[in-house]
Amino acid sequence: MDTTELLYWARNTGPNLALTLLVLGVLLRLFEIFKLGRRPDFARRRPKSAGNGWKTVFTRTFAASGPLTESPLVYLSSYTFHICLLFISIFHIPLIGFLRILSPYIGTEYSPHVINAFTGVSLLALLILLLARITHKVRRFLSTTGDYLAWLLCFLPILTGLFTYNSLGLSADAALAYHLLSVELLLALLPFTPLFHAISWLIARWYTGDFYGRRGVPS
Amino acid sequence: MSSAFDNAYSILKNSLDAPSAAYFASCVNCGLCAEACLFYTETGDVKNTPIYKVEPLRRVWEQEHTTLGRLGKLLHLAQRITDQDLADWAPLAYDTCTLCSRCAMVCPTGVDPSYLIRKFREGLVAAGHAPEDLVKASENAITAGSPGAVQWSEVAAKLKEIEQQYNYSVPVDKEGANFLVLLSSWEILNFPAYLGSLGRILNASRYTWTLSSHVFDGTNAGAHLGHPDIARQLVQRIVDVAEGLKVECVITPECGHAYTALRWDGPNLIGRGYHFDVKHVLEVLDGMRRSGRIRLKGTLPQRLTYHDPCQLSRRGGLQEQPRNLLRYLAPEFREMDDYGTANWCCGGGGGVFANSRADEVRIKVFDKKRRQIEHTGVNTVVTACANCRMVMQEAFQHYGMNVNLQDITEIVAQHLVEPSPDEGGGERRRR
Repeated sequence: MDTTELLYWARNTGPNLALTLLVLGVLLRLFEIFKLGRRPDFARRRPKSAGNGWKTVFTRTFAASGPLTESPLVYLSSYTFHICLLFISIFHIPLIGFLRILSPYIGTEYSPHVINAFTGVSLLALLILLLARITHKVRRFLSTTGDYLAWLLCFLPILTGLFTYNSLGLSADAALAYHLLSVELLLALLPFTPLFHAISWLIARWYTGDFYGRRGVPS
Repeated sequence: MSSAFDNAYSILKNSLDAPSAAYFASCVNCGLCAEACLFYTETGDVKNTPIYKVEPLRRVWEQEHTTLGRLGKLLHLAQRITDQDLADWAPLAYDTCTLCSRCAMVCPTGVDPSYLIRKFREGLVAAGHAPEDLVKASENAITAGSPGAVQWSEVAAKLKEIEQQYNYSVPVDKEGANFLVLLSSWEILNFPAYLGSLGRILNASRYTWTLSSHVFDGTNAGAHLGHPDIARQLVQRIVDVAEGLKVECVITPECGHAYTALRWDGPNLIGRGYHFDVKHVLEVLDGMRRSGRIRLKGTLPQRLTYHDPCQLSRRGGLQEQPRNLLRYLAPEFREMDDYGTANWCCGGGGGVFANSRADEVRIKVFDKKRRQIEHTGVNTVVTACANCRMVMQEAFQHYGMNVNLQDITEIVAQHLVEPSPDEGGGERRRR
């Protein structure tokens, strides 16, 4: 398969396959969680405890002061990476292209400096997170192949995106093909790696918030 | 594989529910829960990372409840758990976890490792890997009515002493009372002043109350052990007596886990709500003071702090009540650095204090609480859990700390305004 064929595959079959795997995988994983169910709670809940699940979904976004001071690097890198990833995803050029089909009013003029800055910071944050995983004895002890795979799946699209956007190294077609393939790999494997936390965090936080909220405990 | 192991595996598999699955699916092994666990911070042992303590349970979830995991098991690619794994992990789940849930408060993805440890203990006990002391305590609770094998005759003897000392009659098996008072073995044997004080306060409040000769110990060793059948039996006994006596409310002992077991776990163990309320004595005392049922006078001159029992504050929602009382009675009350839902455990909850195998590590991890207390600069620590009190008493002695330990009920009783005869006053002793 030459570069043109690879790019064609990455632009046509690849996204379809990746999105199919993503959607089916996420549905399967959600089914695996919810089919287990939860027993009813017969204990009389505290007054005004309704809605605590949703409250925790929101409040847990902000770090508790203790862990923040104990592991500031992990928190700051995580926040930075997630915020940058959100930005990069929103301004991902293929996504913009897709959105422009839906609405011609969606603009395309973005400062390359801004895009590059977010991409660079994302890569730096990811490298710090990897370093934090390797050097900290607890994280190194806990980490599995899946955790490192998840890291790689996040790192590659951003790195190849940087190369593609700035026409570095490879030919434009090859760079774009690798970038698209890395994005497709990320999407296809998201449900089956620890990256699934991108979806399940909402459920986990809700359950914890509801459990403690019923008892009158802010969590 | 032994049949005990098969049974344990089946229990572990069936104990997993949607929250457990969401927790395992959300963990990214960031290790932040380690910094929240005093067994890690004080020992530096990575195995004490909360989420690692349930690793065998995670494998059961993966291999039994996920498609990829089941496929891995089918192809013999998955690492199956063995009875030896359960034996190896048992000390992590029983000796170095107090079920304090501090880890649950810090996880960015919302994972609650303590929720999983409670389920894991169910499998460990079925496999025969629970600590002997906890098993014995549970047997005592079933056969003698108390984990410490305290008999009603011993309680009755203590009641006589209390009646002499406090000058009132202790009502027993009285139908239709407002409150049924439950005790813990620690209170009966080591802190009889608790009941003496509580009786004085309840009498002053003009509420009626009673003890039961059938159920006097409100602790639940089955909940510690992770044995739902034993826990259910112990809850059912209390429910039967409370509903038989037609009391309005059961006051749990000054024991954090007894409160959790009866107030929050109990209805789910027996599969229905109660026909009575369950309150910790903190709720009762604060409620009576605020409603004017009891009046307090004077203040404590010394600087003091409050140790939050984890099961009351972080797992029970009782953070304001003790503080309302202490702010009223102690102008020099000051908080520790981390308090309320962020408090650090004394190191002896969740059955750890009753588990002699964990004595050494329990004393070691108390160093966290020692530093916290010393940082406040107080010489008095107040708490509302007999178990925490015992743990701290022993640790103060070990660390040579010159700190007084006080119980909040006794403090309230010391500042109680006795009602005048016109106001009535509950059960006065006839002489």
